[in-house]
Amino acid sequence: MEERNLTCINCPMGCSLKVKIYDDKIEVEGNICSRGKEYAENEVTNPKRTVTSTIKVVGGERPVVSVKTTGEIPKKNIFDLMKIINDKSVNAPVKIGEVLIKDVFGVNVVATSNVDRA
Amino acid sequence: MYDVAVIGAGITGACIVRELSKYDLKIIVIEGSYDIANGATKANSGIVHAGYDAKEGTLKAKLNVLGNRMYEDLCRELNVPYKNNGSLVIAFNDEEMKTLELLLNRGLKNGVEGLEIIDKNTLLNLEPNISDRAKGALYAKSAGIVSPYELALSLCESAYLNGAEFIFDAKVTNIIKEKGKFTISTSKGQIISNFVVNAAGVNADEINKMLGGEKFSIIPRRGEYCLLDKSQGNIVNRIIFNTPTEKGKGILVSPTTHGNLLLGPNAHVIEDKLDVSTTGFGLEEVIEGAKKNIKNVNLREIITSFSGVRATPSTGDFIIDVPTRGAVNAAGIESPGLTSAPAIAIMVLELLHKEGLTLNFKSDFKNGRILPKRFIDMNDEEKKAAIEKDKRYGKIICRCEQITEGDIVNAINCPLGAKTVDGVKKRLRAGMGRCQGGFCMPRVVEILSRELKTEPENILKADSGSYILTGKTK
Amino acid sequence: MERDLVIIGGGPAGLAAAIEAKEKGIDDILIIERDKSLGGILNQCIHNGFGLHIFGEQLTGPEYADRFIKKAKDLGIEYYLNTMVLNMTEDKTITVLNENEGLFNIKAKAVICAMGCRERTRGALNIPGTRPSGVFTAGAAQRFVNMEGYNVGKEVVILGSGDIGLIMARRMTLEGAKVKMVLEIMPYSTGLKRNIVQCLDDFDIPLKFNYTVVKIHGRERLEGVTIAKVDENRKPIEQTFEYVKCDTLLLSVGLIPENELSREAGVEIDRVTSGPIVTEAMQTSIDGIFACGNVVHVHDLVDFVTMESRLAGRMAAKYIKGELKKDGDFISTKGIDGIRYVVPHKINPENVEDNVNFFMRVDNVYKNVIIYAEHDGQIIYKAKKPMVSPGEMESIKIKKNVFENIKSGEIKFGLRRA
Repeated sequence: MEERNLTCINCPMGCSLKVKIYDDKIEVEGNICSRGKEYAENEVTNPKRTVTSTIKVVGGERPVVSVKTTGEIPKKNIFDLMKIINDKSVNAPVKIGEVLIKDVFGVNVVATSNVDRA
Repeated sequence: MYDVAVIGAGITGACIVRELSKYDLKIIVIEGSYDIANGATKANSGIVHAGYDAKEGTLKAKLNVLGNRMYEDLCRELNVPYKNNGSLVIAFNDEEMKTLELLLNRGLKNGVEGLEIIDKNTLLNLEPNISDRAKGALYAKSAGIVSPYELALSLCESAYLNGAEFIFDAKVTNIIKEKGKFTISTSKGQIISNFVVNAAGVNADEINKMLGGEKFSIIPRRGEYCLLDKSQGNIVNRIIFNTPTEKGKGILVSPTTHGNLLLGPNAHVIEDKLDVSTTGFGLEEVIEGAKKNIKNVNLREIITSFSGVRATPSTGDFIIDVPTRGAVNAAGIESPGLTSAPAIAIMVLELLHKEGLTLNFKSDFKNGRILPKRFIDMNDEEKKAAIEKDKRYGKIICRCEQITEGDIVNAINCPLGAKTVDGVKKRLRAGMGRCQGGFCMPRVVEILSRELKTEPENILKADSGSYILTGKTK
Repeated sequence: MERDLVIIGGGPAGLAAAIEAKEKGIDDILIIERDKSLGGILNQCIHNGFGLHIFGEQLTGPEYADRFIKKAKDLGIEYYLNTMVLNMTEDKTITVLNENEGLFNIKAKAVICAMGCRERTRGALNIPGTRPSGVFTAGAAQRFVNMEGYNVGKEVVILGSGDIGLIMARRMTLEGAKVKMVLEIMPYSTGLKRNIVQCLDDFDIPLKFNYTVVKIHGRERLEGVTIAKVDENRKPIEQTFEYVKCDTLLLSVGLIPENELSREAGVEIDRVTSGPIVTEAMQTSIDGIFACGNVVHVHDLVDFVTMESRLAGRMAAKYIKGELKKDGDFISTKGIDGIRYVVPHKINPENVEDNVNFFMRVDNVYKNVIIYAEHDGQIIYKAKKPMVSPGEMESIKIKKNVFENIKSGEIKFGLRRA
């Protein structure tokens, strides 16, 4: 059995959760509502995150454009994705919502702002 | 090959080079840091003292009174903010009232005009925010306030306009005298000059040693300050001093020429001449000291704190002498150094003349400044004209002090212009307001980088090594 | 130039107010924005988490701003960029400066102040030490990293666990910096739990409560900071002083509403919020000058800024049309027993729409409390809260009919044990 301590992020209470991970089940203690249990189960089985960053823009009014993943990616892959994002460069203009990187870790990376040509 | 080399571009060096530039001479100023007024000149009280502090007969006493009388004209010629607002030394008990008598008498002996002792009622009428415990005060009508770094800048600009040359980031490492000429080795190469002036501030003792002068030492004494927002600038109208005691002069409270309120300084001897850090203890001392004199000040309005290192001479008085034939020391210029500086310059020129320097008045001496008037200082018509000529005057970069892009571009591109973020700040006050550069600093970096044609990573805050950015993210 | 409605600030507050006023029939609107684009600070807040209340989805800052910018443009609302308001007078004359039109005056029928806030600086904290480069407010660093594309340092200490500080801890980590720790002088964080977990815990960045920076080291570039634990009076404990090597210190130590213009015009300011005293209509003490968003009080969520600003826009429209009631008795509000402030400060029941949303902040962390509103000894509202914290703004909705019954006097908001 593995034991992990987490802080629930669903509300300002921030319950300290103790999660016991058995081969066949997961037990959560310390939560005062069901959202805490659900959160803890996801966090220990497959934690996922949305990543936001910037991508280099060539010939734009600004040198970078803000981006986000269209969904959550496994937490363990955040830095792998950052490497891909850092190696990418796009040409201006960039439109908000434009897909800049396709299908990485099951999501797209899209622009979250507009960058016009310089 | 120069006629005169002035080492140091603080207020003393600045007054000297400007005075020299009135004559037909080839002059160079050698400054160790990146900018004019980077030492004690940028971090002092900015007070033009009346002259009752120093003992009669000292250089300090004589030059203070002379310097004070020169200020109004000098600042008018150079278009530098100066206000003859007077000072008050506050006494809290009978013993201190007696000390005021001593100061009054000393002032009279020193030739100070406009001195009188006033009672509590008169005092509180003049300054309603003085502590209720005050008993009376010594009122010195001839005291005033000035912006010391602006004065130094404008003096240097005036000298530049009249042919003086400047070299920065040039640390003097050695001076050799051969056949009546000085070879000055610096980190930026050698400079040869017939005459040398040592106005090197806290390093003046080392330069004196290189010149072979009689040994003295400069004891670095640090003073810490707190600066308050303009919302507090009207708490007092005059400069407020404590009655000096054996423990020292106490903490002064003064409006600045820009309408802020300044508290400080304390005085502590330190080891390292370059250590301009502040301490928790010291700032507490400043705040407590100020609270003793005045009431109703909102200390939540402190916008910054800083410290300066004063060049206290081991001799107790200014050292203005000849260390070796052809050289003149202007050393140990601690308080009232700012006040005395214009008079020190006259004395230094007299000594140089005695050493054989020929002084022929220039017929074409030009008064004035290089740095154009700031947008905020213009009247509406000038503002409109400025925008018409250069529309960047229509773009505010520093919100708190209302400094425009036009101001900044000019401050960078003019001779003796700003090379760093602090240089821009010193010339225009951009980033000196309540947000302390939070909004405008990234913009100022961008403009510096564009105008100096270098990458933003190379832009410095102050001196070499003070980089702001560490590289591109992508 | 004469205008019906001038809105100072084109961030989320100004945009929402403008759109609402336009939709309520005011055509002659001008937004004045000092930056080069609309959207305000949202443009540099590239992380997500915005818009849950307003749009029911998680947006990044620029996306949230874009929805309002598009709408404002679609509605044909006029705006000036790179334009600074230099002065505002009591009679609603505004002195404006920009590159194209130069220096000119605008006389407005109504003004909405939506200037937002600025960050507290090192100077305001009076942290002793040297003055090297490498000390940034978190927002200035955010602008460099997210908008200008530059890193500001490699080894980072962050003072203050406000949301911007937490967000920047993650941003700088993702961009390759080592964030060594986040220090918080209080025993609790003013940041959202989600940010503590996803910005710090995810990257093993320690958050040290009851800690502060007591000294800054380094002559040219920052070389390190001395940190210390503080006692219950927030005084540093000398035995806990510890040197931490770093080249960057980010400050996330609070925001201050930017009310210099309002002050100069003579608008009455609340000393607690540092924002103007406002009515149920978000009107300041000067007739026809309204205010909304972070210029009134610092919000945690932009969604609440939007709601408050829509109200200001609606009410300014009513004012211009002469429909806003000026006379009549005002009910005043006050925070007591654990409530630091309440906005709005005054209620004219005749102008209340369906209800009034009261925003307030508590002075400490409390568990299992009741927030109540009391008028003349009568409890007119109460709600149970498992936990309240200074970091989370509380909002209470009170229905119109409640005010009709009381009409004048003072409503006190307080906390008591459940």
